[in-house]
Amino acid sequence: MSGFLARVYVSPRASVRDPEGSTILDGLHQLGFSSVEIVRAGRYFEIVLEADSGHIAEEQVDLMCRKLLANPVIEDYRFDLQVESSVE
Amino acid sequence: MKVGVVVFPGTNCDRDTVAAVEAVGHVADLLWHASTDPLPAYDAIVLPGGFAHGDALRAGAIARFSPIMPRVVEFAHSGRPVLGICNGFQVLVECGLLPGALLRNDSLQFRSEWVHCRVEAPVWGLQPGAVLRMPIAHGMGNYFPDPEAPSVEVALRYCDPSGRVTAAANPNGSWDNVAGIASGNVFGLMPHPERAISDVLGSRDGLYIFEALTRALVAV
Repeated sequence: MSGFLARVYVSPRASVRDPEGSTILDGLHQLGFSSVEIVRAGRYFEIVLEADSGHIAEEQVDLMCRKLLANPVIEDYRFDLQVESSVE
Repeated sequence: MKVGVVVFPGTNCDRDTVAAVEAVGHVADLLWHASTDPLPAYDAIVLPGGFAHGDALRAGAIARFSPIMPRVVEFAHSGRPVLGICNGFQVLVECGLLPGALLRNDSLQFRSEWVHCRVEAPVWGLQPGAVLRMPIAHGMGNYFPDPEAPSVEVALRYCDPSGRVTAAANPNGSWDNVAGIASGNVFGLMPHPERAISDVLGSRDGLYIFEALTRALVAV
């Protein structure tokens, strides 16, 4: 078994309006960051898990995203995986 | 006839909902979310409003894992009526009994105010064209349809007092002014009919929804 750290990014789909992102965009413009064109606001998760292999960890995290972390009707997700440590 | 009203940690409209069921002449029991008892004793189930599990992750996303939920889904599949109000509507959407999703209000504000909505479909014998005045109180009521789901039956649309569906009457940015949808025997709406059951509360129009639930009971 190895320990893995998954970093999961969930964001609103391009076809879904994102009022939070638009409000942050307005705020950035008011601060003088006039070059900012688009802001999409999402969520970030760090998940530590154990698995027999990177492949299995990847499958597990993908399932977690589809079943709970993201709502597939309105959100997209992506993640990366990093080996944390080796245990027994 | 007997109605089960599910209570999740964070539900806060359960007793009002029981009062509304009683106001139309029926009996209601509160059902704790951790119960795994079967539900055949009930003729209808209501998921009331509130903030189940503190709305963690997304409103309704955690409530769907409550032990009672597989029973509620089974109950719905048996053809008996299930009504979701506000947070209950969000739970029905998250657990897949109704299509689509409820996004944060486009204003980013929690909206607590009186609205009007027009009946669009004869769900449970509701009269299309009827205009109902009921309160809303939500931060995530902005309905977004699932492009891959079969077309949704729009039951209620936000409108002005005269029944015109206008952008100004839409309190949350909901797609097509949707205030409530139905799929077969499952009905979800964002307004709170249980808060509009007597003149003292400002409106009796909510009784119309609970009377409709009664008709659904009879029809089963």
